[in-house]
Amino acid sequence: MAAAASSSVPTPTHFVLRLISRKTVLVGLLALLTIAVVAILAPVLAPYAPNKLSVVNRLKPPGATFWFGTDEFGRDVFSRTIYAGRLSLLVGASVVTFAAIFGVALGLIAGFFKRLDTPIARIIDAMMAFPDILLAIALVAALGPSLLTVIIALGIVYTPRLARIVRASTLVIRELPYVEAARALGVPTWRIMTRHVLRNLVSPILVQATFIFAYAMLAEAGLSFLGLGVSPEIPTWGTMIAAGRQYIGQADWMTLFPGIAIIVSVLSLQMVGDGFRDLLDPRLRKDL
Amino acid sequence: MSGKDVLLQVDNLTKNFQTGSGIVKAVDGVSFDVKRGTIVGLVGESGSGKTTAGRCTLRLIEPSGGRLLYDGVDLRNLSEREMRAYRRRLQIVFQDPYSSLNPRLRVEDIIGEALDTHGLAKGTARRDRIAELLSRVGLNPDHARRFPHEFSGGQRQRIGIARALAVEPEFIVADEPVSALDVSVQAQVLNLIQDLQKSFGLTMLFIAHDLAVVEYLCDEVVVMYLGRVMERGPSRSVYAKPRHPYTQALLSAAPVPDPKAGRQRVVLKGDIPSPMNPPSGCVFRTRCPFAIAECAQVVPSFDAVGHQHHVACIRHSDPEVISQGHQL
Repeated sequence: MAAAASSSVPTPTHFVLRLISRKTVLVGLLALLTIAVVAILAPVLAPYAPNKLSVVNRLKPPGATFWFGTDEFGRDVFSRTIYAGRLSLLVGASVVTFAAIFGVALGLIAGFFKRLDTPIARIIDAMMAFPDILLAIALVAALGPSLLTVIIALGIVYTPRLARIVRASTLVIRELPYVEAARALGVPTWRIMTRHVLRNLVSPILVQATFIFAYAMLAEAGLSFLGLGVSPEIPTWGTMIAAGRQYIGQADWMTLFPGIAIIVSVLSLQMVGDGFRDLLDPRLRKDL
Repeated sequence: MSGKDVLLQVDNLTKNFQTGSGIVKAVDGVSFDVKRGTIVGLVGESGSGKTTAGRCTLRLIEPSGGRLLYDGVDLRNLSEREMRAYRRRLQIVFQDPYSSLNPRLRVEDIIGEALDTHGLAKGTARRDRIAELLSRVGLNPDHARRFPHEFSGGQRQRIGIARALAVEPEFIVADEPVSALDVSVQAQVLNLIQDLQKSFGLTMLFIAHDLAVVEYLCDEVVVMYLGRVMERGPSRSVYAKPRHPYTQALLSAAPVPDPKAGRQRVVLKGDIPSPMNPPSGCVFRTRCPFAIAECAQVVPSFDAVGHQHHVACIRHSDPEVISQGHQL
């Protein structure tokens, strides 16, 4: 019994322990935590205001006064980078929340009600046929660039990903005997959907959400780089790289540090997501 | 046994499944009665439609035709809402003790859901009732806060039984409740079912493919093949004098725990035909050792061959078929 049991559903604490016992997950989690804390404490940690201009200190290389150097207006790159982190995390978190709410709702409805399945599934497929960034660009262009539209556009782009996973799993779970048992007891449909189906979907949703978080941060940087995101004076990693592009020969630190910030945060999210997925997929579970 | 009224009357029950390549008649005109306080065994090999028939009687699968008279009311005429009230009276125990319990819920919530849905108990009363149910099915009441994966197959099946009993049903469909369990555990769970049936006066439809289990447990037996009933009657009569060649073949395949017992075996040729394209006349004729040309033309009617013992075979009174039944 024990062998079969441990592979099915671990208790929450047990799960977290096994998760952080993997080095990649632990490193990823620590990196994410650091980034989040630094971003949240940016007003305290930043040595300068992110938009403080200083003509004398234009394009200064990294050193003791300006750790990451300065940009073409003499603004401190370190301060701007950590301030930009707040926005990137905000966008990532908002997009994940948006996609989770709509993706889960659509997926559950499509998986549960046969009549609505075909229309919803077709729309999901149609949306997934577009490349992510292209669809986001089109949506931002249609809605007009602002922080809110970036979040909405990316939310719409990533909703089908979650909806598809939730739909597929719902189709499997709704046929399981424990759902049938609930129906035999006369449990109302909405309770079956939440209590029996959604509860068993928490893990795959969490895995996908981690990846969407990473993609959303990356996509936001891409949109900002293309000038379709937030206005250029607001520091985001994307706008910083876009601005630094012109000076890449003289001041590569302007693009290097925000670039590293993107790489580290996306990589650490992917590491955590991979660990999650491996732990939930018995075929990929190794040393644990 | 006599004088008991009929609690469930299944009349001409039909279930068709629409598939890409045609209509599958999973259940085709099945009729039988279940008397109050008795256990009726529904037997047949895989694909005979016995599980579908069981699900249809609870409307977990919507039947395509026929009547389901339960205590005088046709369940098929009830709306979704009206049916919900009846759900308290009709319950089911599943075959697979693993997939029939939600892995994310604690035992107390699995059983408690039954109580909550019908507003049967709250707070302390709910806790007491769950403890009572657990001990009634032979589990430790202190284990209410555990998750299903912490139990063995037999224990999980007991949890499933406790869930069904929680709403104090009159009628339970037991869908092969022991076939997924170890042989050593099977007997324990069967004894539990029999004990509960007696003490609560339950009426049961016991679906199985193990004839020995059915003989031990059931008052009456219904033999299904390819969606149709081949033979039905009191267990004693059917087991002593099986009149349908299919029943005879099933009985001859059941192992006898006596190494010296010699017996004639009826070995069936081939597999069960596709229900999408069933044979004409008697559906069993393609595998029947006694089949004659006429079997392909005539759909056999249900003939009484004893007290409440009916058989659907045109040769049921042929001495050859009868003597085959006696040799088993």
